[in-house]
Amino acid sequence: MSVVTVQLGQCGNQVGHELFDIICSDAHEPQRKEYRSASCERFFHHTAHGDLEARAVLVDMESKVINRSMSKAAKSGRWRYGESSHFSQKQGSGNNWANGFCVHGPRHREAVEELVRREVERCDRLAGLMAMMSVAGGTGSGVGTYVTQCLREIYPKSFIVNHLTWPYGTGEVIVQNYNSVLSLAHLYQLSDAILVHENDTVHKICSQLLNLRDISFSDINSIIAQQLGGVLQPALTTDSYGVYSRNPLGELLSALTCHPEYKLLSVSTVPQMPSASVAYSTFSWPGMLKHLRQMLISNTKMEEGIDWQVRPPSGSERTRSVTGVGFNTSLANLLILRGKDVYSAETGGFEDPALYTSWLSPHTAFNLWKSPVPFKYEKSATLVSNSQALLRPLDNMVGKAWNMFASKAYVHQYIKFGFTEEDFLDSFTSLEQVISSYSQLC
Amino acid sequence: MTQSVVVQVGQCGNQIGCRFWDLALREHAHVNKRGLYDEALSSFFRNLCNDTTGSKLCAQRILKQNICAVLTLTYLNPQAVLVDMEEGVVNEILQGPLREVFDSGQLLTDVSGSGNNWAVGHMTYGSAYREQIVDKLRKAAEHCDCLQCFFLIHSMGGGTGSGLGTRVLGLLEEEFPEVCRIVTSIYPSAEDDVITSPYNSVLAMSALTEHADCVLPVENQSLVDIVNKINRMSHSGKLGSVIKTDSTVISGQGGVSGAEKPFDAMNNIVANLLLNITSSARFEGSLNMDLNEIAMNLVPFPHLHYLVPSLTPLYPLADVSVPTRRLDQMFSDAFSKDHQLIRGNPKHSLYLACALMLRGNVQMSDLRRNIERLKLSLPFVSWNQEGWKTSLCSVPPVGHSQFLLALANNTCVKATFMELRERFTKLYRKKAHLHHYLHVEGMEQNTFSEAISSLSSLIEEYNHLDGTKGRVMPDAHRLSIAR
Ligand SMILES: Nc1nc2c(ncn2[C@@H]2O[C@H](COP(=O)(O)OP(=O)(O)O)[C@@H](O)[C@H]2O)c(=O)[nH]1
Ligand SMILES: Nc1nc2c(ncn2[C@@H]2O[C@H](COP(=O)(O)OP(=O)(O)O)[C@@H](O)[C@H]2O)c(=O)[nH]1
Ligand SMILES: [Mg+2]
Repeated sequence: MSVVTVQLGQCGNQVGHELFDIICSDAHEPQRKEYRSASCERFFHHTAHGDLEARAVLVDMESKVINRSMSKAAKSGRWRYGESSHFSQKQGSGNNWANGFCVHGPRHREAVEELVRREVERCDRLAGLMAMMSVAGGTGSGVGTYVTQCLREIYPKSFIVNHLTWPYGTGEVIVQNYNSVLSLAHLYQLSDAILVHENDTVHKICSQLLNLRDISFSDINSIIAQQLGGVLQPALTTDSYGVYSRNPLGELLSALTCHPEYKLLSVSTVPQMPSASVAYSTFSWPGMLKHLRQMLISNTKMEEGIDWQVRPPSGSERTRSVTGVGFNTSLANLLILRGKDVYSAETGGFEDPALYTSWLSPHTAFNLWKSPVPFKYEKSATLVSNSQALLRPLDNMVGKAWNMFASKAYVHQYIKFGFTEEDFLDSFTSLEQVISSYSQLC
Repeated sequence: MTQSVVVQVGQCGNQIGCRFWDLALREHAHVNKRGLYDEALSSFFRNLCNDTTGSKLCAQRILKQNICAVLTLTYLNPQAVLVDMEEGVVNEILQGPLREVFDSGQLLTDVSGSGNNWAVGHMTYGSAYREQIVDKLRKAAEHCDCLQCFFLIHSMGGGTGSGLGTRVLGLLEEEFPEVCRIVTSIYPSAEDDVITSPYNSVLAMSALTEHADCVLPVENQSLVDIVNKINRMSHSGKLGSVIKTDSTVISGQGGVSGAEKPFDAMNNIVANLLLNITSSARFEGSLNMDLNEIAMNLVPFPHLHYLVPSLTPLYPLADVSVPTRRLDQMFSDAFSKDHQLIRGNPKHSLYLACALMLRGNVQMSDLRRNIERLKLSLPFVSWNQEGWKTSLCSVPPVGHSQFLLALANNTCVKATFMELRERFTKLYRKKAHLHHYLHVEGMEQNTFSEAISSLSSLIEEYNHLDGTKGRVMPDAHRLSIAR
């Protein structure tokens, strides 16, 4: 089954390009024929000339970024984007969610829908749709939300997943918290699951684990793509009997028990290190999984500065519903192991009931996928978590936006495009609901 | 790529506009070594040569010639509308080196001038030339593939730029409501020759407050101070503080014009402001800033759209200090009075938002380091503690390796406005010169009272925000969710 990806705005088109590039190069390592055909079916189709073309639609309100992504892909010689699978205009959305959602989105609805429809028709079987974008700008966030809404209408029964890039805390866009709140509140009603990468976190991985000095978006995107690839690329699920899973998005959603109130997914991986160090490192499953588990429960998003003091609450603490200091309660976790000796890896640490809410058994809450095919590292582990991990950044974002809204600052810029103060309030209300739901996990 | 149209009105507007076109051509000639008509050029210049193979050569010719100051600029046409109610300045342009780039259809002149009377410019000429102006604006717009922004340049103190200029602003809003309007306004100094400049400025202010998306206020006094300081430094001749002569800010060298006229040094600074504000829309960079992002990020309330510009380095010294220190110094300078184009003190006032637009060899990490360092000493309004908008454009201005333009939405503009109100009141109390205005058709007594009350309520809005400074503002109570 195949996934159709829609890349929106500058960030969506840059991250998306990086993702396809990694997927393609992972598939073309020698001696992985079976893996390759599963991966290619999922993300690419073959043209009449036998070339690989990404199952992707590129959307932006200006053309520079799309042109760059398309020509970079073509230059790789390994894959490319469809000649006419893109839609762009001349003038961006000016960092204004309302401009994207209320004006540009509706204006270009038909053109974009048509491109998606064509891409969907190329799939023998559709596994679902994935829309990729940032939430802080105008096009990805506004147009991206609008397009997701259209997809939901046209494909009511298909799985729709969003991959979102959350902005740096202090950023390049002053109204980023408004744009983020409006995107998230709407997407929460539309999407089946929301996979999140935070720029601050990835930036830290680049500086502290990869020791990069001048960090560019391209460094950041390659980490995001690698983590996301770890989640989306073919793997063997528990009951797939040695055949690569054929329903990637459906399996992902059910593994993470995505639910109308709980659908924020964070991703972390081990290891992360400079390429030059890989050759001199040894990787052991017990060591990696011990770190990854502590990263999970202490809510540390990278393998550095892990707080080893944090423990899961004991039985009595739990009944009094006080979770331990700094303890991150999970609703569900999906662990994906790739590489050498995956079958011998011991993952019992993730099946501890204390990690999860009392209302799900660890058997339901924890899922494990494996694949003997290694990617960049000889062994790697990716953890997708439906937990409180994103609670704090979400709460920060809503808090800052709310402070601004209390002074009515910048609100006129949105009203200009037909959005209203009530619409703002509705968005705040629905995110406060999400925050409240996740805070009460125990 | 989007396009912008420059509308220059009155003596001052046209003189600054003229410097802008000169420097813009120089900048493109410098960057565009192959001389092809490219995207960057297309944001301000139309290619008059239709034949595609030829067009490469045409642009090549024009840019080369610009470098050599050979004076036939035949194929590039600036997207501009020039309006003046006397002929002097526009005629001078038409006799000067830029004569061949403009088309007579872009010009509108009269012979008798506005007599430094806002009412004559706004009412008399505004009504008489309304159709012709709209027509020229529409023509300019039609030549654009995707028109994003109008840049209006004018002075506040005279009659044409002030009166007719603000009338044009209203027409732009009526005719092109979706196109952004950024106005560069030159404010008169206290010793200005024009006795009625306080009247004209206050009357113009109320239109700026109502109809502009952003206003970049520039005080002539600040320009004078900057030029004087540059002159002092270049004459002191201290070892190591030799001013580089090819830097854009202070000289027009390399441009097509030869001899410098009285206002030229001052106008060069303003022309640079315009060059830099548009650089990120014209050239490549790792963090682009579109022109419509300026108002979106910097204007939290509709009327509070006065953005204080500062430029650094203004005093480019020969290479004396280590690069990083110089780079960090550039960031510090952007927040000092000496580099600001109005005289208020930003640190004693309150920042509502701030944009840092960088050009040249500057990295994201340089930006982050300096914002962290500087924000400690800069008071920001409680709901926008992280009110920074940033952009990186990889092409530096001619003669520099790095350049920074800061646009601050800072309550220090209040001081300029209060001083102006005081000068206005002094005249108005005595009813001095009022009759010159009141006998103009369309003018009424309450035009004056409305203008002054518009200014006062603007000052009051800034006052109100200033009042929150230094107070610890509790976070707003969050919505609570029924459990
Ligand atoms: N990780 C990552 N973030 C990006 C990239 N480009 C932009 N961003 C982030 O996206 C936000 C700005 O949105 P952008 O995608 O540029 O706006 P749009 O084109 O209007 O959708 C900011 O938070 C940036 O930090 C990128 O290539 N990678
Ligand atoms: N910076 C600058 N100010 C000017 C220039 N020409 C005139 N002014 C100022 O503009 C005001 C007079 O307006 P002016 O533009 O001459 O009148 P107009 O032609 O009727 O619009 C006074 O405050 C002058 O100091 C100029 O070229 N540069
Ligand atoms: Mg962008």
